[in-house]
Amino acid sequence: MSSGGNNNTKAAARVDAARRVAIFGGTHGNEMSGVTLVNLWVQNGAEIQRKGVEIKPFIANPKAVEKCVRYVDTDLNRAFTQENLSATGDDELPYEVQRAQEINRMFGPKGSAGAYDVIFDLHNTTSNMGCTLILESSKDAFNLQMMNYIKKAFAPASCLVLLNEHPLLKYSTSRSVAKHPVGLEVGPQPQGVLRSNIFEAMRVILKHALDFIELFNEGMEFPACTVEVFWVLERMDYPRDANGNIIAMVHPNLQDCDWEPLNPGDPMFQTFDGKSIHYQGSSTVYPTFINEAAYYEKQQAFVTTRRETLVASAVRKA
Amino acid sequence: MRPVLLPRLCRVAVCGGTHGNELSGVYLVREMLKTETRREDGESASVLMVLSNPRAMQQCRRYVDTDLNRCFTHATLNGPVSDGTPYEIMRSRELNAMLGPKGSRAAVDLVCDLHNTTANMGLCFIAYSDSDWICLHIFRYLQMPDTPMRFIHFDVSNKESYSLYSIGKHGFAMEIGPQPHGCVKSDIYTAMKEGVQHMLDWAGYFNSGCLFEGGLVDVFTMVKNVDYPRDGETRNIMATIHPRLQDRDFCLLHPGDPLFQTFSGETLTYNGNEPLYPFFINECAYYEKGIALSLARKKCVTIPSIRAQTEEEEEQASEQSFASEEEE
Repeated sequence: MSSGGNNNTKAAARVDAARRVAIFGGTHGNEMSGVTLVNLWVQNGAEIQRKGVEIKPFIANPKAVEKCVRYVDTDLNRAFTQENLSATGDDELPYEVQRAQEINRMFGPKGSAGAYDVIFDLHNTTSNMGCTLILESSKDAFNLQMMNYIKKAFAPASCLVLLNEHPLLKYSTSRSVAKHPVGLEVGPQPQGVLRSNIFEAMRVILKHALDFIELFNEGMEFPACTVEVFWVLERMDYPRDANGNIIAMVHPNLQDCDWEPLNPGDPMFQTFDGKSIHYQGSSTVYPTFINEAAYYEKQQAFVTTRRETLVASAVRKA
Repeated sequence: MRPVLLPRLCRVAVCGGTHGNELSGVYLVREMLKTETRREDGESASVLMVLSNPRAMQQCRRYVDTDLNRCFTHATLNGPVSDGTPYEIMRSRELNAMLGPKGSRAAVDLVCDLHNTTANMGLCFIAYSDSDWICLHIFRYLQMPDTPMRFIHFDVSNKESYSLYSIGKHGFAMEIGPQPHGCVKSDIYTAMKEGVQHMLDWAGYFNSGCLFEGGLVDVFTMVKNVDYPRDGETRNIMATIHPRLQDRDFCLLHPGDPLFQTFSGETLTYNGNEPLYPFFINECAYYEKGIALSLARKKCVTIPSIRAQTEEEEEQASEQSFASEEEE
């Protein structure tokens, strides 16, 4: 790649080199690809070494990993709010809040100049999302360029980008401690299960991500590019009765159809006695996180997204 | 040949949530409790709907203290209890009182225990006997065009039998996958709902005196379990189910076929001396039980024609057994 393509009239944005990178597995203790990869790399990190950068594999929620549950007291991947990070109470705080504070000390503080440059957070989902990169800011040119690089390197296999910048739905993830948070979500895989194809896919995506960082740190300029993203719109809950019990399931026509268009009038849910409930929105949306087991308690059957193309400015190491 | 005469199925139990995160059965039993449909055809069986492990269901976990579906041995059901007795053992006694006692005349006639698996097994019946004609006939009757079905036999004596369905005079687990734990997939739910419906229909017809012709049924008898290769010290698994085996439940596995793939990409092969049928491939709940997959032999079982005893025949049969008990 050369610097300054034909339509690159602006100078590349200067971004600090990524010198400190972490790879989190087990933010949810029963999402096995990340747990297994991080354990492997803690024992032998040769595969994740890159020149000019310190890369730390890290088990984010060891107690949950040991019990093979998503969390012990509260979801670690929602726990990194300013309120939690500054809470006092030590041992009386829920385990994951204590853990969030510890992670913030080790890899943050969140929002400060001393925070880690990049955290990759490895997740699995029961949804048929394939390989997905999760972006938290549409303005993070470094992350957008990384994701563009990964998508191209992974092709022809598909790796899509989900952007969760919604003011209400955005949540305080463990990776948000870093300057450039990157979520890796690969599915479908049941909780507590390790599937070889899912494991290998995540491993390859991470390899490309670390390659990008190495190239970037060496001074390579990445020209302006476009990145297609799926931008989170709204959360759709299951239909429930007056007592809050679920009364319908994801419709068989929607099950496993992550990223495919859902048009107004398309079937969305099926009641337990076989009736269809249809999507009542006014325009076509692209659903994802369809039937994620962990989201039943979060009142979410799926999220809707819109497709958008973002422009990423050229970037170069500062 | 004359049909085998068997007592009517007066009481049938349908159990869901024996594992609290196997949701098809949880939702199905909840729905059936809501609608409480009564059987109208023939001689009604009284149908009991049971949510077996409410505490585990509430937490959406397999179990709270210990696996409920291992708590039904005679020893566990009748052993001593204390304040420290695990929740599931107390619950197994409650269920035994409700549906049993196991081994007694008061036990329900048929238990159908609903389960889900993360393995790609389609719909399976799991039973302790390969000659329980009731279970085998129900299986045969159930054949559903879109759902692969198999009959799995665990050759465990009545004394050692440990599952909930062993409480009934007849019993089997209806196991459907693949479904992640904590999730309900509509196609899996629908298959289970139809399966239970057909089973109850069959019981109604059976009780009303229908003759069911005999025939042949393929039965898979469990031979052994295979664990993951594990690290000697940490006991952590060191390989995944090989991609060429993943999701290929009931596809014959030959000696030399790939079994596992280590994290460094090496293939480990099946080194048994006979081809066997794998099932429960990569069932999440079995990691802690040291089971990566189970292996079975297939055989063809001839099942006789059967018919329910009339009231007269039932009286005669019970007089005879009373007389032989007296002799003893």
